[in-house]
Formats: sequence, structure tokens, C-alpha cells
Amino acid sequence: MLLEIKNLHANIGDKEILKGINLSINEGEIHAIMGPNGSGKSTLSAVLTGHPAYTVTEGEVFFKGKNLLEMSPEIRSREGLFLSFQYPVEIPGVSMVNFMRAAVNEHRSYRGEKALNASEFLKLMREKRALVEMDNKLANRSVNEGFSGGEKKRNEIFQMAMLDPVLSILDETDSGLDIDALRVVAEGVNKIHTPQKACVVITHYQRLLDYIRPDIVHVLYQGRIVKTGDFSLATRLEKDGYDWIKQELGE
Amino acid sequence: MKQSSEKHIIEEVTAGEYKYGFVSDIETEVIPKGLNEEVIRLISAKKQEPGWLLDFRLKAFRYWQTLTMPRWAHLDIPEIDFQDIVYYAAPRKEHPRQAGELDPDLVKTFDRLGIPLQEREMLAGGGTAVDAVMDSVSVKTTQQEALSKLGIIFCSMSEAVREHPDLVKQYLGSVVPYRDNFFAALNCAVFSDGSFVYIPKGVRCPMELSTYFRINALNTGQFERTLIVADDDSYVSYLEGCTAPIRDNSQLHAAIVEIVVHDRAEVKYSTVQNWYPGDKNGRGGIYNFVTKRCLCKGVASKISWTQVETGSAITWKYPSCVLAGDRSVGEFYSVAVTNNHQQADTGTKMIHLGSDSRSTIVSKGISAGKSQNSYRGLVRVAPGAARVRNHSQCDSLLLGDRCGAHTFPYMDINNETAVVEHEATTSKINEEQLFYCNQRGISTEEAVGLIVNGYAKEVLNKLPMEFAVEAQKLLQVSLEGSIG
Repeated sequence: MLLEIKNLHANIGDKEILKGINLSINEGEIHAIMGPNGSGKSTLSAVLTGHPAYTVTEGEVFFKGKNLLEMSPEIRSREGLFLSFQYPVEIPGVSMVNFMRAAVNEHRSYRGEKALNASEFLKLMREKRALVEMDNKLANRSVNEGFSGGEKKRNEIFQMAMLDPVLSILDETDSGLDIDALRVVAEGVNKIHTPQKACVVITHYQRLLDYIRPDIVHVLYQGRIVKTGDFSLATRLEKDGYDWIKQELGE
Repeated sequence: MKQSSEKHIIEEVTAGEYKYGFVSDIETEVIPKGLNEEVIRLISAKKQEPGWLLDFRLKAFRYWQTLTMPRWAHLDIPEIDFQDIVYYAAPRKEHPRQAGELDPDLVKTFDRLGIPLQEREMLAGGGTAVDAVMDSVSVKTTQQEALSKLGIIFCSMSEAVREHPDLVKQYLGSVVPYRDNFFAALNCAVFSDGSFVYIPKGVRCPMELSTYFRINALNTGQFERTLIVADDDSYVSYLEGCTAPIRDNSQLHAAIVEIVVHDRAEVKYSTVQNWYPGDKNGRGGIYNFVTKRCLCKGVASKISWTQVETGSAITWKYPSCVLAGDRSVGEFYSVAVTNNHQQADTGTKMIHLGSDSRSTIVSKGISAGKSQNSYRGLVRVAPGAARVRNHSQCDSLLLGDRCGAHTFPYMDINNETAVVEHEATTSKINEEQLFYCNQRGISTEEAVGLIVNGYAKEVLNKLPMEFAVEAQKLLQVSLEGSIG
């Protein structure tokens, strides 16, 4: 098992957002997490990656059998956990090249590998850039600075390709993408995916799931996973919304 | 987890502080503490100076006695007892100027600082000539022979007084007169050594000239004096670096740099200032009170100041440009970092006297810890200076919420054809940026380094290559542990 979440509770400030999440993810699987606004989808990705604003109050998370919650955010990354941010931040003055070189070499040194030299690194950049059809110009600009919404998302998947994680969480990667960009980004994700890796796709819409086909679909509602099913669950949510689930829960 | 990583960062800082804080065991000749006419006569006699220079010193000293220390800067400066300072300290074996005759401990000291003094190593190392100043005297100038073939004079100030008295007499005090300010008067009275550079007409200096200042002796003030003259159509790039040992007492550094640039000549002056900044509780550290000024005397003459300031407990200086020549150009690029209890009040003055003169100011302040960082700048346009242009950009970056950044821009525009622009921004490194870096596997320390270097890139790009690399590392080191 790649990721095992047991009874995870988490707060922001005094407010409890996650109220007992249980979730298991195996190698090769693609999971979709859907749910209405405010149900805790982004909180789950932030807690898993170790965002300092959230406090875990109860529960356990194992990643590759190791206690994930004891690791600093950068160690989680180096262990192979990646988050494609819903709102990637801008870092003025830091070029994508320098940023990625720092990241890739940190990952390599964690694995006991030598840092890449400039030409090896640029070759890797070129290769991975092609996966998401990213313009060379973007690679030379400051991290996310002045990028359009679509360019930022493409850049997230580019970074995912560069770091080659075993578990990727895509947090609303489809928001702000037009249909062509959506296809390119989704194809990029599919090309990176292998039977040894897993992917969690957080989204409101089936649209993205038509391209990145999930094996398992979960509905997150009020901080808990209230329903799990196959792809047909996503189709039903697209058609009927969430009211029927609320009714099932007796609300 | 967050707490543990923060703790780890703090531990690293306390462990790996100031890299150049060692003391060298070099036999030093020191005169008694205190300042009076006898001390000045003694310094002058030790240096076997001509009468005119002693007169210059005594005039400055008498004037200095009438002054009180100014207090207008945004700095909290403890009372300085000027009678408790040693005004002259020299490594004992200073005189032999031949390589190989140098005190091996002294060579070792500069080796540890990455400054090779041996000529053959220099040649292997390539393009820099070095004047090394330890405490009050210049101990070694390299590459003199190669430079003299081009007519370039690069030597210690003492040597210049002996060998080129007419040049020194003509220019010394012509840009910064002894009446300029309190610390300038003090420097004129007691200055010991420093570098002298003369670039003759039409010569482009083929290598970087560099002076490396090192304070070693205890309770000693360093009062060096640098004079650079670039004659018509010449060019020189000059670098200055400084370090000092870790001491519990603060030490005073009050230097003067004077530059004269003639017709169509250009001088680039770069500083990486890394004097000991004091410990994390604010104990010790250098008081860096320096007067630096360039007179762009000739038409289309140009000066470019670039400074990276990471050291000193207190920094108080304004490298300035007097743009007297028509079409002359003044540039000032600065990164000033303050951490822990450091204070900096620094900036520039652009005095436009010539028509069509232009100036650019780019100042990047970075404050961390409990430090205070101020930019203070003056742009003055004289009534007779037509079509002057100035652009100033002053940015402040804050790390944490216990530090301060301040901007004091002064403008005094007396000609209506001038176009003067001022831009200022203040920003903070935010948690989201750091988390984004962390999520990509980059540690917080390295993320701060990346972000700060990105922020300062515009200035770092102006430094000569080897210096830029050193400066980048320095920025990262001096901000270690500032996020918490």
C-alpha cells in the first residue's frame, strides 16, 4: 500500500475541518475526490503535504509504510509526494530554471545521487517541458510570475514531471483551463503515470475525469468520506449534484 | 514538525555564525590608546611623511576637536570614547615588499580569507591585482609590475605619498575635504593606509583591482583612505572586501574613499562589506562609518557604485556621486542586509551639476531578526543643470515581524527641465512562498536564499562574476535562521 490514512482529524485554528478521514491508496491507482465547496478537499491535500497552517489533532497517515505526519514538508516531497497547487504562488526574481534545479538536486541528494550538471539538467528540462507542451520562454521566467491561469497549471504538471513523484495530488488542476489546455495537462499526467505510482485527483467536474480516468471515486462531505464508488459515481454527481447524497445521509 | 524544523534552523545559526571571525597570531606594533596632537605626529613620523601631509592631518584634527558626533541617522549608536581607541597598529614585519619575505602568518591569514598574496598563485588565479591592508597598513600589493607597464599606479597610500607625492597632493581631500563631516575630519587626522590608483589617459585597466581590508588587532580603529583617479578616456573596475575577527567589543571603522573621474572615463567600484556584525544578542561588531564620494569631473564621465552590505553592527554610509561634468552618469546599486541586532542607514547622494547628467539608484534592503534597515538618499539638481534625469527604485524586503525597514528619500530640484522618478516597494517573504518551495523538496533555509537572491538579482548582476558568487553565498549565510 502506498498511502494509508486512518481516522485523520485536522484543524485550522480552532475550527475542525477534517473529521475522521479513512483512505487507502495502492500503487497504480487513480483516485478522484469530489465534493461540494468547503467539504475539506483542499485541506486534505494541505494536511498531507504538511502545510504549517493546519494542525493534525487525531489519526495517522502512512506513506510507503513510513509515518508521514512526522516528516517535514520538504522530506515528504523528497519521499515522493507531490501537490499540484490550486493557486500556485509567484516567486519574483527566481527563475524557473534555478527553482527547479534547486528542487531536483535536493531530491537527488536525498536519494544519495550526484547533482546534475548544467547540461544534464537542461536536457531534463527540455524533455519534461515537451510533455506538457510548455513554452521555453516560461521556463526562463520567474516562478509563476505573470503566468496566466492556464500557464500556472501547466507549470505545476511540468514540475510534477521533473520531480517524478510516486504519489501526486492534483488539487483542482482543471480550474481555469480551457478545453485544449485541459487535454494537454491531462495527457501529461497520463504519460507520467505508471503502475508503480498513484494519483489523487481533486475536482468538481467529470470533465477532467474523462481524460484522467479514476479507478475509484470518493465523495468528501463535511470533513468525511461519505461515499466511495467507481467511475459511475462521478457521472451521477455530474448529472444530479450532491443533494441525493445529503438525503442519503439524512439531512 | 514545523516546530522541530524551526528549532533545527535556529541551532544551525548558533553553530555556524561568522565565518571570518578568527584572530591571527601576528606580532603587531601598537601605539598607546588615545588621540591628541602627539599621536598624530607619531603616526606621521612612523610613516616618514612629508611636512605638508602632517599639516593636513593637524588641520583636520583641530577642526575635528570643534565638532560633536552627529546624531541625525535612524541609528541607535552607543557613546563612542575616542580616547579608548588605538589609532595605529601594524604587523611588525611590514616593510619587505618582496614576495617570500612576508610574514608567513600574514600570508596564512589572507589565504584563509581566500586572498592569495603570493605572486605566482596570483598569476595562476588570473585577473585580479590585490592590495591587502591589515589593521593600519598595507602589507602587500600584487601585480604592480604588470600594471606599471601600462602606466597604471596601484599601490598603498603610504607608497603613493613617497613615490607620487604630486598626484597625492593634487587629489587628496579634493573630493572629501577634511571639513566634510565628523568622521571625515577624524579620518583625515589619523588615516593610516589604504590604496591609491591612477589610471593614465586612454588606458583600460586589463584586470580587476582589489583591496582587501582586514582588522586583526584588538581595540583598534581602522581608518583607511582610498584614492582613485581615472584620467581622460580610461577605465577601471575596483573591488573592495572587508572582514574582521569576532570580538566582544565594538570596533570603529571610519574610512574615506575619494574618486575623481575625468573626461569620458569610467570607474566601477564594487564593495562586498562583511565586517563582523556582532553576535545574535547584539554584542560586538564593527561600526562602519564611511564617507565615499566620486567626483565625475569630466564630460561624459561615469561612476558606478555597487555594494553588498551584510556585515557590521552599524552601517552608516552614502556612496555619493557629484555629477559635475556635462553628460556624466552616476549609478548606485545596493543590497543591504541586516539581521539580529544590526542597524543600517545607507543610501546615496546624486548631486547633478552638469547638464544632461543622468543617475540611477537601485536600493534593495533586506531586514530580518530585530534589525533596522534604512534607505536614505538625496537627489539634488543645481539651477544650471539642464535636462537632468534620475530614476530611483527603493525596495524593502522584510523577513519576520520584529524588524524594520525605512525609506527617507530627499529631493532638491532647482531646474524645471529635470525628470526625477522615485519608486518604492515593501514586501514580505510569505509563508505560502516558503511552503511552495518546501513542497518541491527545497528546505526553508535554501528557499530563503533563493528568494532573497532573486530579489537582489538586479544588483548582484552588476558585480564582477567571482564577486557575485561570493555575494550570493553571503546573502544566504547572513540570513540563516531568520525565518522562525
